[in-house]
Amino acid sequence: MSGTLAVEGGQPTAAQRLPVRWIRRVAFYLPAIVVFVVTIAAWEILVNNIKIRGFPLPAPSQIIDALGENWGAGRWPLQTSATATLIEAFGGLAIGTTAGVIVALLTARFVTARELLLPLAIGASAVPIIAFAPLMNNWFGVLNPLSKMMIVAVLVFFPVLVNVTRGLTQVEPAALELMRSYAASDWAVLRLVRIPNALPYFFTALKVGTTLSLIGAIVGEYFGGTSSVLGQVIVASAGALRFDVTWAAIILAAATGIAMYLAIVVVERLVIPWHASMRGGGT
Amino acid sequence: MTETAAAPVVRIQGVDKVFTSGTATTTALKGIDLEIRRGEFISLIGPSGCGKSTLLRVIGDLVAPTAGTVEVNGKPAVRARLDRDYGMVFQAPVLFDWRSVEDNVKLPLELMGYDSARRSARAKEMLDLVELSDFVKHHPYQLSGGMQQRVAIARALAFEPSILLMDEPFGALDEMTRERMNQEVLRIWEQTGITVVFVTHSIPEAVFLSSRVVVMSARPGRITDVIEIELPRPRGVETREERRYFELVTAVREALRRGDADGADGGAAGATSGTGASDGTDGGPSQAALDRARAEGGIG
Repeated sequence: MSGTLAVEGGQPTAAQRLPVRWIRRVAFYLPAIVVFVVTIAAWEILVNNIKIRGFPLPAPSQIIDALGENWGAGRWPLQTSATATLIEAFGGLAIGTTAGVIVALLTARFVTARELLLPLAIGASAVPIIAFAPLMNNWFGVLNPLSKMMIVAVLVFFPVLVNVTRGLTQVEPAALELMRSYAASDWAVLRLVRIPNALPYFFTALKVGTTLSLIGAIVGEYFGGTSSVLGQVIVASAGALRFDVTWAAIILAAATGIAMYLAIVVVERLVIPWHASMRGGGT
Repeated sequence: MTETAAAPVVRIQGVDKVFTSGTATTTALKGIDLEIRRGEFISLIGPSGCGKSTLLRVIGDLVAPTAGTVEVNGKPAVRARLDRDYGMVFQAPVLFDWRSVEDNVKLPLELMGYDSARRSARAKEMLDLVELSDFVKHHPYQLSGGMQQRVAIARALAFEPSILLMDEPFGALDEMTRERMNQEVLRIWEQTGITVVFVTHSIPEAVFLSSRVVVMSARPGRITDVIEIELPRPRGVETREERRYFELVTAVREALRRGDADGADGGAAGATSGTGASDGTDGGPSQAALDRARAEGGIG
């Protein structure tokens, strides 16, 4: 006497949902786009029509010109500078993330390590680590990109450590009981439960890390570096009162940051499509 | 220990469990004796804090008893767990969102070294059994609560354990889904012949499913009654409308109330009736049936 069950659920097909999704997406971003365009336009008009004496603000059009003129070479080689800074930021991000994940795995595995290291890590993440930048320049050589990478690595290390440890340890207790009932080894629990559980935390840390990595690289460069890095271009052009170039460099730094962030988001979508934050549609 | 049909699957003798946190100690279980026969469907019922979930965990070696012994299939509970004798189902389905329905069912099989062909075959068989063959590639979050719990049951049965331990598996479901799931569990139990230990706080659920209902009481957690449910099988919707069913529901309720009163006598001030059963199926109380059920009860 088996009770036949009505099939619950049932969803519209992807084809039916696609146009609705796109309309929703455009509707969602439209206000932001409008505000952005209006702000830029207002900036352009204000700077061109009201001459604010002694207030060095170039118009958006001047900044774009500066970006074009200095792109390839010259006194302020923007493209090579941006590339160099990106390499520093990315290298530091890679070093800091790797170190953070390794230490997180150790702290998750060994309770004593966790009790010893985690309070220190949480404390250290509240310290303005960027203050160590001049020291790093000294230790690893002011012209060596490694000095900036190490600043970035130290900045990125702590949020990665704290977040990934949280992801590895904050597992549903019933999931651990389930694995215990299977007589699963610690290694199997790590591989099948803890690591997948930590992935969303890892990506959160990585997104914070990308922002930190550019801040670290550029501020590190303020304290010295080769002439073709964004931080030095910003400092030198501002000193030479070429604010159009300064702004161009800042915008390039911003664009680099956004590009890195988006790259992480794309990877996140590919790796954890099952996570609640990745599921499209609905509310 | 001989493995005859008469030998109990689970033999619990003099089990105590005391939890200590700081200076405070809580006696979760006191002097538990219980034998469960092969193929039985046993329910543990009682108010919150009576230790029914703890007792289930002691059987499954998820919690070590402070005193006493637990033998499962003629060996210590630890050995039974390492031999993978237990299938577990919790109140939450505990499915992994990063795995499809099929891969969730395959998880224990991967751990236990089944080869890929056998994994697929077992997963298919189990998902057929719980009638979810159309949702193999779905992810858990795409399923309703009842369907998720059926996946959890499929996963628990996939490696053919000899005992199924269920900890309030339908406690989070609505009444209609719960009754349907009760029917499902009975069908699966009859098809597989597995021994089931089922923790619940619903009197109708316990009576409908079980061959015996173990009534527990809090402060300290102990067994106050064991009621034999001799309702004919197979049981279906009609069973819930039979006079004998109502009599047994009443008998269990009375046993719970008695156990609670004893607990209050024992010094627990202000012990309230916390059976939490929202059954709404008040049958005519029959003193004769009550006495009979109690007489058959064994430990009392």
